[in-house]
Amino acid sequence: MNLDSLLPNLGEWLRGTGPESDVVVSTRIRLARNLSDIPFTTRANNHQKAEIEQRVREAVAKSDIAPRLEYLSVMGLMPLDRLFLVERQLISRELANALEGPRGVAFDTRESVSVMVNEEDHLRIQVMRSGMSLEETWEQINAVDDNLEARLPYAFHERFGFLTACPTNVGTGMRASVMLHLPALGITKQIEKVFKALQKINLVVRGLYGEGTRASGDLYQISNQVTLGKSEPRLLAEIREVIAMILQYERQARSVLLKERRQAEHDRVARAIGTLGSATMITAEETMELLSAVRLGIHLGLLDDLPPTTLNQLFIHTQSAHLQKLAGKHLDGEDRNAERAKYLRNRLRDLGAGLA
Amino acid sequence: MNPCKFCGQPATIHLTDILHQQKRETHLCEACARAKKIIPDQPGSHIDLHGLVQLVMGQSDGADAAAPGSLTCSNCGLKYSAFREEGRLGCAADYDEFAGPLATLLERVHRATDHCGKVPSRKRATMGLSKLKAELEAAIAAERYEDAAVLRDRLRQKEGPDEPR
Repeated sequence: MNLDSLLPNLGEWLRGTGPESDVVVSTRIRLARNLSDIPFTTRANNHQKAEIEQRVREAVAKSDIAPRLEYLSVMGLMPLDRLFLVERQLISRELANALEGPRGVAFDTRESVSVMVNEEDHLRIQVMRSGMSLEETWEQINAVDDNLEARLPYAFHERFGFLTACPTNVGTGMRASVMLHLPALGITKQIEKVFKALQKINLVVRGLYGEGTRASGDLYQISNQVTLGKSEPRLLAEIREVIAMILQYERQARSVLLKERRQAEHDRVARAIGTLGSATMITAEETMELLSAVRLGIHLGLLDDLPPTTLNQLFIHTQSAHLQKLAGKHLDGEDRNAERAKYLRNRLRDLGAGLA
Repeated sequence: MNPCKFCGQPATIHLTDILHQQKRETHLCEACARAKKIIPDQPGSHIDLHGLVQLVMGQSDGADAAAPGSLTCSNCGLKYSAFREEGRLGCAADYDEFAGPLATLLERVHRATDHCGKVPSRKRATMGLSKLKAELEAAIAAERYEDAAVLRDRLRQKEGPDEPR
């Protein structure tokens, strides 16, 4: 597969459509699975990892998983391509750089299904969808899982369920995450309160790129902590309930903003567009913050001409690996910030700068 | 006042812990707490969290007390102490080899020790009917209706042919 062919596409999670897409960016579910007859990845040697890779590749090839998945070995990829896959949420940072030996990922061209091989567990199956879509995502990943299970001997225990390298994942092996854009809760300083409440009910909040990453651009991932002792539908129902509550709070905060400080918000959005369209150097972080203001502006109806999909394209294309691929060359620090600013200036000019 | 668990002197340090939905209290005097390295020798420093966890884990119940670091998986050779340091298990058999101490750990992490969810189709036939029925009853009793529905469907699948419709 030529990865550059993915460059113009958005990938499923950035499609900008789907239910509740004014607040919910995407839904993602992952299942951790291991083969019963080979040690877990951390204790497997390269020979065993190669065997796992081979068996999973065969299972994927023979399965009836729709859409079709194509396998890529991470070892055969340049660092830039690895980072590119991380930015598109198809692989983890660990699989890209920290882990060693045979490993890889199978995914479809729509970028909704991905199966990481030899991550912390032998298999990390993931399905992503745009918007709030826990049921459909679960149905799809459950079918993918059935398909692979028919061809691979999963490690499963009568008492403990699906066995995983880390006991925090055992049982269902399921982590369901919903990515939310919560700018109004941030502006009105209610976000901490919401997250404290979440921790009490065993849900986890993370930044954009998963565990340990900072929330930037007001994007947050909410996911379940517990994986044992509750069925998948029950875990999903618990998340759904909480998300419904957060959606309500965010929308309330947005309507308060519109009512009480419309002029100030309009100004903030216009300035964000102004900076994006005229800066000559800009970091990824500042870009995310400004795009967050623009995203809020779109959903508050303060901007007419900018569809959310275009915004998502600006968002993904200004990330490090994407930017370098678009430029067709390797760029460091300051050069990268200059290239990012150039890209944004050109795109905003094409879109018609009088947006605000 | 409670006496120290080790020497019987009046206790000034009290640990509270919840395990298997049961509250458990441990009382210690300052001298014994120092000797067990729960509080450091130098006053003013931080509490030794590791020592505290060791004490709480080590004294929980019979099975755990017998889960010393020397416990080793006969399949992959992983020592339980190595798992405690790194947080990753070595193979599927570890879950049986370390079942006792792991159940304690799982109770802490998940507040549960038994899987209640998807079962791979090739395992469904071998999962005991009685176990399923017990799980179903427990789920209904706890008003966990989504779980109950899953279990009921699974029971029906197994009993299928014999059950009058």
